Amino acid sequence: MSLLRLEGVTKRFATGAPPAVDGLSLTVVPGEVLALLGPSGCGKTTTLRLVAGFEAPDAGVIEIAGAPVSGPGLAVPPEARGVGVVFQDYALFPHLSVEANVAFGLAHLARVPRGRRVQEVLELVGLVGFERRYPHELSGGQQQRVALARVLAPAPSLILLDEPFSNLDADLRAEMREEIGKILRASRTTAVFVTHDQQEAFALADRVGVLNAGRLEQVAPPYELYHRPGSRFVAEFVGAADFLRSMVTEDGIVSELGTLARPPELAPGQAVDIMIRPDDIDFIPHPEGDVVVVGRQFHGDEHLYRLRLTSGARVHAVQPSTTLYPVGTRVRVVANLLHVVAFPLVEDG
Amino acid sequence: MATLAVAGIVCLPILTVVWSLTRPAWAVWAHLWRTQLPELLLNTAALVVAVGLGVLVLGTTLAWLVATCEFPGRRVFEWALALPLALPAYVIGFVFLGLFEYAGPVQTALRGWFGPQAGLPDLRSGWGVALMMTLVYYPYVYTLGRAALAEQAPEFLESARSLGRSRMAILFGVTLPLARPALAAGTVLACMEALADFGTVATFSFRTLTEAIYRVWHGMFDRAAATQLAALLLGVAGGLLALERLSRGRARFTHARRPARPPLRLHLRGVRALGATLLCTGTLGLAFGLPVGQLALWAIQAVGRDRVPDGFGRALGQSLALGGGAALVVTAVALLLAYALRRQPTPLVVAATRLAGLGYALPGAVIAVGVLHPLSWLDRMLAAGLELLTGVVPGLILTGSVAGLLFAYLVRFLAVGSQSVEATLARIPRSLDEAARSLGARGWRTLRMIHLPLARRGLLAALTLVFVDVMKELPATLLLRPFGLETLAVVIWRRTAESLWVEAAVPALALVLVGLGPVALAMRATGAGRPSP
Repeated sequence: MSLLRLEGVTKRFATGAPPAVDGLSLTVVPGEVLALLGPSGCGKTTTLRLVAGFEAPDAGVIEIAGAPVSGPGLAVPPEARGVGVVFQDYALFPHLSVEANVAFGLAHLARVPRGRRVQEVLELVGLVGFERRYPHELSGGQQQRVALARVLAPAPSLILLDEPFSNLDADLRAEMREEIGKILRASRTTAVFVTHDQQEAFALADRVGVLNAGRLEQVAPPYELYHRPGSRFVAEFVGAADFLRSMVTEDGIVSELGTLARPPELAPGQAVDIMIRPDDIDFIPHPEGDVVVVGRQFHGDEHLYRLRLTSGARVHAVQPSTTLYPVGTRVRVVANLLHVVAFPLVEDG
Repeated sequence: MATLAVAGIVCLPILTVVWSLTRPAWAVWAHLWRTQLPELLLNTAALVVAVGLGVLVLGTTLAWLVATCEFPGRRVFEWALALPLALPAYVIGFVFLGLFEYAGPVQTALRGWFGPQAGLPDLRSGWGVALMMTLVYYPYVYTLGRAALAEQAPEFLESARSLGRSRMAILFGVTLPLARPALAAGTVLACMEALADFGTVATFSFRTLTEAIYRVWHGMFDRAAATQLAALLLGVAGGLLALERLSRGRARFTHARRPARPPLRLHLRGVRALGATLLCTGTLGLAFGLPVGQLALWAIQAVGRDRVPDGFGRALGQSLALGGGAALVVTAVALLLAYALRRQPTPLVVAATRLAGLGYALPGAVIAVGVLHPLSWLDRMLAAGLELLTGVVPGLILTGSVAGLLFAYLVRFLAVGSQSVEATLARIPRSLDEAARSLGARGWRTLRMIHLPLARRGLLAALTLVFVDVMKELPATLLLRPFGLETLAVVIWRRTAESLWVEAAVPALALVLVGLGPVALAMRATGAGRPSP
């Protein structure tokens, strides 16, 4: 059974403008953490707001726990959806204490059970002892925990997080990522979160949906998304990728980097682009090598080299940070592709 | 739905007056044209232009001095120069009349020194009125201009200087053009006040459109002519409002952000510093020190000679009650509209709330005329209904009632309340609303738990501003007040109409004291008096 189902959901903000969300279909199963990943303006936050009920779709159906909440002639208001939302700016009520913030969604409970529930969730997020503090007296990470506690308190079937880590410093971000992952799993909460950061999506999510221009390009577990991207866009957006023009033959895919195993779905005689990740390529300096180092970037933990192949095509390759080859070095290249990812050429015209 | 109904009711008086334009009473116009219209139009136009020029020059000069220069007393002048805003124009007007009339202390002293021929030109003229209004309305240009100049990033000035421009060239080529929208907005505000003013022109016997509406209505009971004049005045006010919107539309760009570091002030020395200090002192003395001092003197005399007007206590009570009641009504309606605008900003709601705010641009006399027609229509309906039910013919129920007056205040001052309320609501992030909703709170609970506590300051400001404006309001009060209702403004007006300056002093001083509240609020909002190097 699915906890959240979107079917052909479309949202257009202005007539004539391209839709912000375009025929999106998606299913989330109970207990799952799904990330919506994409560049800014891809419609991921709009999708989240459609699920929360802050926006109404122009077409399509949204179901939560089997019950339709948005659809033709139907718009269940946000307050009746039982969906918790953690906002990018946390949206903590500045005039209420931590305790009152967390208790805000528990208005239906009597005082004693309400207090008990507040304690429970504060314990869960590790903020016992902060009950009387006000939001501005807390650090960014603590504020985020309060926001999460407030959302978890009414025990919603689904929580939505909008760019949850974008307001945190880089080192705190990694820590909170782990922390929140733990809390979500401990409370067995189903969650959908939105991010433009691939590392964040990979670290926290069971599955990642990649959005581009309002359309869902692919939904898959992180490992699969990285190694078997379903489209060029996903290949480029998730990690770095170069594409190398190659030809499918009976023996395999013939490329400048050698002949690779042929996936059965590709018919011989077809021209394809194969995806090359920087960590797929190894090289050693060789005075008679055909490939030339044309660029180098030092990333601290590694070197990213740009190589010019005989045909003039450029590919990137990583090397340990201690190996230093100057620009102009001639090298020999070995490709170690675990899986071959090939995209058929799109015919022009 | 309720929002649209409320907005519609508030728009009703304006629409009534506009509607009357579509059915011009030619006979009335012909009569008006023969008797007084040319003079009224000329006087009104001359007054608005003179006040506009006066406040622009005086306000800009003072704003520039205080915002960009350093001279003795600058920090005090920074907030003190806004003080004249607390004085209603008709109060400063009657004080000057009392001081400078033929039998007044100044002319008497002059005759004592220089012989019986010595004298001053008569203050009861167009120039006199324009001078009074320039003195009380320059703070509009000053406060807006000062804020705009203070917010100008010093980088503009520094880059202009590094490009080799002289200080004067920078002033007229960079500094003032950047502040232009604020200066224009302040000038238009002052012009609108001049247009709407009734008390001063009436006291100075200077015939303008506003004054004519009152005279035609109250003196000749000619409502048709009053309505036609009101429509004409509405047209002029509409033009000024369009100007104001135009200038404010651009003002947004200059009010973007407070600069990270304070500007380098031009240190005036010697004669220049003395000149700056004298100009500020002189303005402040004429526009605030002299009138308030004279009022205090008269008030002491009045108390000593037992010439405090009989009705003063009652008028004070009624003014406070009326102001308080109107402030509550206006703020409540402003909150309702602002909240609707926040929750469902559909084009219809936006248009309705904007239209409902137009009342502020309309002189009280126009509003009074516009309010009266719907009220008397409603009264006729009520009377007919009651007669049918009970057989008794009731008198007027709404017309000439406190409810009718409160309605006029609502129409007139809704924009004052709305501005504060909308500004304060705008500072509450929308995500708070959404967070509250997703946590199960409906509209009312969100309003009560989130918006009201967070908007408290803005609501208080709205209450204060409306309260004081209502206390100072004269023409609509005069035309619509129930029999026997006297506000401080009415008491002052009646005493000054008979040149009883001393008797008018106590209520006038009370009004000035009340008027200081919003000035303090405004200065805090624009950041004057904050420590700056």
